[in-house]
Amino acid sequence: MTLKEIKELLQAEVIVGKNCLDEEIMFAGGSDLMSDVLAFGKPGLLLLTGLSNAQSVRTANIIETKAIMYVRGKKPDKAGIALAREKGIPLLSTKHMMYTACGLLFSHGLPGVSGLSSKK
Amino acid sequence: MTKSDETLLSQHFEITGGDFNNAGKASTSIKEILQEIGIDSSITVRTSIASYEAEMNVVMYARRGELTLNITPEKLHLKLKDEGPGIKNIDMAMQEGFSTATDEMREMGFGAGMGLPNIKKNADKFELFSIPGKGTSLDIIFCLNKTEKK
Repeated sequence: MTLKEIKELLQAEVIVGKNCLDEEIMFAGGSDLMSDVLAFGKPGLLLLTGLSNAQSVRTANIIETKAIMYVRGKKPDKAGIALAREKGIPLLSTKHMMYTACGLLFSHGLPGVSGLSSKK
Repeated sequence: MTKSDETLLSQHFEITGGDFNNAGKASTSIKEILQEIGIDSSITVRTSIASYEAEMNVVMYARRGELTLNITPEKLHLKLKDEGPGIKNIDMAMQEGFSTATDEMREMGFGAGMGLPNIKKNADKFELFSIPGKGTSLDIIFCLNKTEKK
């Protein structure tokens, strides 16, 4: 699923990375806890989160996520946007709640991190 | 000193306790260095995760800390020393989910009790020393000749 398809499915707004919407996303994971993202995330992840401070972008950069989708209409702060621009991490925001956003993506065929690893 | 012990690169970072605005900057710099010098991407991600967790622990719990990156032909060594409350019960601290985090730490997305176990999980060798009331030091080592962990 491309980032563009994900944007349309979740009726999301692109905050950073309008030129990156052709990126292919293979799996996703949702958490507000960056500790969990660091423990269970994998490079290439689409991160869904309601945590809108710069640590969300810093964490995304550390584990090499493909993009961040902020849920519940949240938007990153200025420091987060600046870091995302510097590191080339697309940021999107959807008004859907975490559960609904994850459910929509999963029901349209985008697996979770654990689902991906269990297939190995 | 043998050739395998020869330091190829050494970088030092100061970390200030309670400085949530700059939390993670040292680890972001370390990641950039590892990418620039062409360290394997899997080792770079594992090192960056361990470094970030260790750095956040200093920001959250200690007054100050020093993070040093040393690279030899065979190993990548992260050494962290902090001045802070130390860890009273290391066995408890190494358990996933055990945390003494405050609400402020949790608002930053941390403090779930995953930090130290996650550092250990990502490292090839991990040693922790702590003196309650004084501080904590971590030695986190990654072998450069193997990309997969154990």
